[in-house]
Amino acid sequence: MSMAPATPAEMSEAGAPPPQAGAATAPRQRLADAPTLITVRNLKMHFPVTEGALFPRLVGQVKAVDGISFAIRKGETLGLVGESGCGKTTTGRCILRLEHATGGEILFDGKNLIDLDRKSMNALRRKIQVIFQDPYSSLNPRMKIGDIIAEPMLVHGTEPDKAARDARVMELLRLCGLDPRFADRFPHEMSGGQRQRVGIARALSVRPEFIICDEAISALDVSIQAQIINLLEDLREQFGLTYLFIAHDLSVVRHLCHRVAVMYLGKIVEMADCDELYGNPLHPYTQALLAAVPIPDPEIEKTRAHHIVKGEVPSPINPPSGCVFHPRCPSAVAECSKSVPEFREVKPGHFVACSVI
Amino acid sequence: MSAVADVRPEIEVVERPKTGLLLRMLQFSIRNPLGAAGALVIVIMFVMALLADFIAPYDPVANAFDRLHQPPSAENWFGTDQFGRDVFSRIVYGARTALLVGFVSSVVGATIGLVLGVASAYFGGRVDLIFQRVLDIFMAFPLIIMALAVIAIFGTGAQNVIIAITIPFIPRCARVVRSAALSIRELPYIDAARANGFSHSRIILRHMVPNVMAPFLIMITAFVGQAILLEASLSYLGLGVQEPTPAWGLMLQGGAEEYAESAPWIAIFPGIAISLAVFGFSLFGDAVRDELDPKLRSQ
Repeated sequence: MSMAPATPAEMSEAGAPPPQAGAATAPRQRLADAPTLITVRNLKMHFPVTEGALFPRLVGQVKAVDGISFAIRKGETLGLVGESGCGKTTTGRCILRLEHATGGEILFDGKNLIDLDRKSMNALRRKIQVIFQDPYSSLNPRMKIGDIIAEPMLVHGTEPDKAARDARVMELLRLCGLDPRFADRFPHEMSGGQRQRVGIARALSVRPEFIICDEAISALDVSIQAQIINLLEDLREQFGLTYLFIAHDLSVVRHLCHRVAVMYLGKIVEMADCDELYGNPLHPYTQALLAAVPIPDPEIEKTRAHHIVKGEVPSPINPPSGCVFHPRCPSAVAECSKSVPEFREVKPGHFVACSVI
Repeated sequence: MSAVADVRPEIEVVERPKTGLLLRMLQFSIRNPLGAAGALVIVIMFVMALLADFIAPYDPVANAFDRLHQPPSAENWFGTDQFGRDVFSRIVYGARTALLVGFVSSVVGATIGLVLGVASAYFGGRVDLIFQRVLDIFMAFPLIIMALAVIAIFGTGAQNVIIAITIPFIPRCARVVRSAALSIRELPYIDAARANGFSHSRIILRHMVPNVMAPFLIMITAFVGQAILLEASLSYLGLGVQEPTPAWGLMLQGGAEEYAESAPWIAIFPGIAISLAVFGFSLFGDAVRDELDPKLRSQ
């Protein structure tokens, strides 16, 4: 399989370095007045840990997501960052109802997604779509690209007519920068970046309002990442989409998101506007995360201070008492191990869960 | 939107040349000569079964009391049996019985097992647990014992033999398919289908079943040989196909009991036919497994 010769635009894009923190900032619209699209309140996802196959008994709980709250306005992109295992993907899966959340509320369209019956949930599923991390396993290898993109339209009945559906598949492929003739191909005949475009086309097929990008670019080459980021930004502007962008790459998040929430061990520790969070991080964990981003200049890199967080992420089965970050926190005081810090607004729009600040 | 449509797509399709069927068959034979030998046996069986009327020199059920126990000769290539019937003609017609029973029972059994196995893996949890324990009970009986029990309930005859062989195949296929389906259930494209609210039947039939076709086809080819052997065993015990229908197991029974010393050809030739058929299907089954399982393929 050889890829088609790259167009000049693509070549220059491929040669360019990945989006740098602060180097390129997307034009940010005024979003303060936009209505809220989705509200997550005190969301909890505790997975039971059981022993015994026939008569399982509870021996513990994995608190993958432990009481997080955020709201996303229409047209906004919220970045959700954190180490692996901090619960960011589980949060996305709860919103998609792939997991049945243990507690809390997810309000979308005035309905609470958590206790919605299967039928009403399926009606709402059209509006909430997802783009997965792995472009190889997110497409059914036995289905043609055209069928993969058309299937959600068929099931949701948005394009009941076969000819209209085919035309829409062509349009979506073009929109995502692919030759419409790919519709007759199978996924294994395409490269990772091309497949990810198919994943995006599938998500767009039913004209959603909200898209969860679950590490949507993490598995791609750096040059392809830049292309996919640009595609996601173009689509957001064109269709007024709202994204929940789950990622661990802070520079990508800075480029693409309006606001960022930092997760640690199932909790949001800090949430603020993008520029505010990167320019003025308040939580010690956020500070450590940002300090870990390398600066592509050896001179600066040599002189700047490195705060490397010591130790490992504790087990979510038995999280630390009080503030979950206190065993690793450089500025922890005795108080931190006793009381759970409140998630409070320290500045307008800047929320931190830390009692020291 | 129209502005977008006019733009040349960034990524275009590159056409690939298609390989001819004959060339691919040749490549397969070079890659896997044993599998090709198995395929040859299967092809010969099919030709015998389909063109039996033209290949067989004599009527397979007509008795000829003036030509009992004739040794192999130019007129009767494989000799004649205790009723004067031509053994070669009966073997040719016997291929029909063998293939009919073998294919129908293995395809039906494996297909039921496929759907049950995938559904069990998809629903998981308690459904899966209970279903697997039921399968364990069925699997505790050897193939032949299970088949005998079914025959005891339904009685003999070709149709009941097919049922008797189908039933013990179901749990065996369901078990293998379930394990393949369990790993597929966790893949993101199944999550994508669930996140889109597709129905259970759509996810099972359109997204999971097509992705467990490799183990399914391997099970079928392995089952056909076993089914032929099982049918021969049942017929040999007098519980399968009934006289005068030409069936290899039945011929073996007629010949082996009384004429093993005086007219051994009556039993030897159907015995060779059974062995060759089972051998051919198992060789071909192994080759199919090698071809379909990418982890075993060396290219």
